[in-house]
Amino acid sequence: MILTLAIVTFTSALGVIYSKHQSRKEFVQLTQLQHRRDQLNTYWGRLQLEQSTWATHGRIQKIARTKLQMVIPNSSKIVRLSP
Amino acid sequence: MSYNERKKDSTPMNRGRLYFVQVAFLIGAGALLWRMVELNTEQSAFLKGQGDARALRVVEISAHRGMISDRNGEPLAISTPVDSVWANPKVLIHQQKRLPALAKAVGIPLKQLQRKISGNSGRGFIYLRRRVSPSMANKVTQLDINGVALQSEYRRYYPMGEVAAHVVGFTNIDDQGQEGAELMMDEQLRGVSGSKRVIKDLYGRIVENVERISPSINGENIELSIDRRVQYLAYRELKATVERNQAKGGSAVVLDIKTGEVLAMVNQPAYNPNNRRQLKSSALRNRALTDVMEPGSTMKPFTIAAALESGQFKPTTTVDTSPGRLKLAGFTIRDFRDYGTIDLTTVMQKSSNVGASKIAMALDSGEMWGMLTRLGFGIDSGSQFPGESSGHLRSFQQWRKVEQATIGYGYGISATPLQLARAYAAIAADGVVHPVSFLKYRDGDHIPGERVMKVSVAREVRTMMEKVVQTGGTGTKAQITGYRVAGKTGTVRKAVAGGYDKENYLAIFAGMAPASDPRLVMISLIDQPQAGDYYGGVVAGPLFSKVMAGALRLLDIPPDDLKQQPPSLMAISPPASAVRLTASTLKVKS
Repeated sequence: MILTLAIVTFTSALGVIYSKHQSRKEFVQLTQLQHRRDQLNTYWGRLQLEQSTWATHGRIQKIARTKLQMVIPNSSKIVRLSP
Repeated sequence: MSYNERKKDSTPMNRGRLYFVQVAFLIGAGALLWRMVELNTEQSAFLKGQGDARALRVVEISAHRGMISDRNGEPLAISTPVDSVWANPKVLIHQQKRLPALAKAVGIPLKQLQRKISGNSGRGFIYLRRRVSPSMANKVTQLDINGVALQSEYRRYYPMGEVAAHVVGFTNIDDQGQEGAELMMDEQLRGVSGSKRVIKDLYGRIVENVERISPSINGENIELSIDRRVQYLAYRELKATVERNQAKGGSAVVLDIKTGEVLAMVNQPAYNPNNRRQLKSSALRNRALTDVMEPGSTMKPFTIAAALESGQFKPTTTVDTSPGRLKLAGFTIRDFRDYGTIDLTTVMQKSSNVGASKIAMALDSGEMWGMLTRLGFGIDSGSQFPGESSGHLRSFQQWRKVEQATIGYGYGISATPLQLARAYAAIAADGVVHPVSFLKYRDGDHIPGERVMKVSVAREVRTMMEKVVQTGGTGTKAQITGYRVAGKTGTVRKAVAGGYDKENYLAIFAGMAPASDPRLVMISLIDQPQAGDYYGGVVAGPLFSKVMAGALRLLDIPPDDLKQQPPSLMAISPPASAVRLTASTLKVKS
């Protein structure tokens, strides 16, 4: 009887060790993934910033007017098509 | 010596010594056992606590502040993490030979770094350099020096800079909203920082994550009602107008009349929220809703609306304004010249002060007050924007006749440009007034609104306001080709201590387009134009025209005044060049 109990206790102890180990492993993985998510978020934010810097209205206007020689058409050049 | 040999030699004396040693060992073992039991039972909690106190740490997981974007999702304020380099001088002081490499990596002269470390040798934490570039942070990590580590902090960037500064506002170094939308929506934007338990080693590095105590919740993203393109256009034109007129300042507000959403709100002077070192507090004010003014002639459409609403007047009812002066209780109201007997439409078109006063005095003071109050004068606009003033409108029980007359043409009452815009939006929206919103309404949101005047009255006033912009009116410079415009000019003397300033004026233009079915309302205001011109129609009118024309195009609002193009021509294939030009312009602007 005592022997059985001892064996059961021992097995359960092993089980505790195993599950503790598993939980640690998964926790590490979780932190890694979270870290990666944060990094990607950061990267996304930087890209957003970069995009809005390139797309500054002043810059677009300058390029449109000087490089591409664009003008706003005056009303005589606009033709309106109604459906 | 083996055991057997010892047994052989055993004598009574030797045996006594053996017993003594055995007993001594037993006592020793017993004492150890007892100590073990004691440590494990009685002192266990204390010891465990002490151990944890040396290694276990709770660290904060900082939460990301939400993004502020415009109505199309373009970013107006973004938080990006940046690293700060910090050091533990107690540890670092023992690593003198690594200092040159460190100094080079963080860009501090070696001498200065050494001084910094020896000067703080008693402390466990100093910043070496805050908010460094990602590449510099990388270099520091690669050096891997004990006692030097990175700490991640968030920095807020404002891609639109000064263009949207007054609306978006800014945060302080602790990421708390200080001004504008950052302050108004602080609770939603701010995340909840979480915490986790970690094991740290002697050098303060995190060795192991133990558990997460509470998760960090990132702040919500906020979509403002602002349209970035209209905002930019309004800012550019306002700045140019203020400079050209050598004015002290100015504001412009564009509202969507169907919802009460603010599409653009700009002010001069402004500031750059990304670099606030040389910030003057006067530039901080969002003048369009903090500064009150007397609306002057821009008040007349509401006087006339009240008159029409009362039923005593029709647009064709005539008022005698000769001789262009009106004396009231020792106070003289003057017109630009004697207009003689004119109808209401002409009172509006010529902006007759005498006419507006006479109309106002003919009205029941309670009714007139009720109309103005319902239009939002004297109460705030409902935007909940920080720092908004509500203007001033005295209760009609305190009105004297002369006050009723002056309110009729816009003096003795004060309002912010935003309030004025909201009231004009009511005329534009066939008599329904909406609370002002800085947040974008989502599809299906209920848009609150309240009817304040009859549809017919709003339409009649609008028709009169169209005359203001047409030949013979005061606001011809506010015309927009292709669109019908309704508006009103205002040239307001600034109130100063003890009366009115004879030199300094506010030039205002309030208008809406397309007049046949209005979509947008705009107030443009120039404070103290000094370059010669000061009339509202001349100074603020062109600003209205440029911004409104651009906004109508950007928002794809079809023209309602294409008289120069007969309808039969429209269906026929257009000249190819015209189409190409239009399409490419649209591509650039959208």
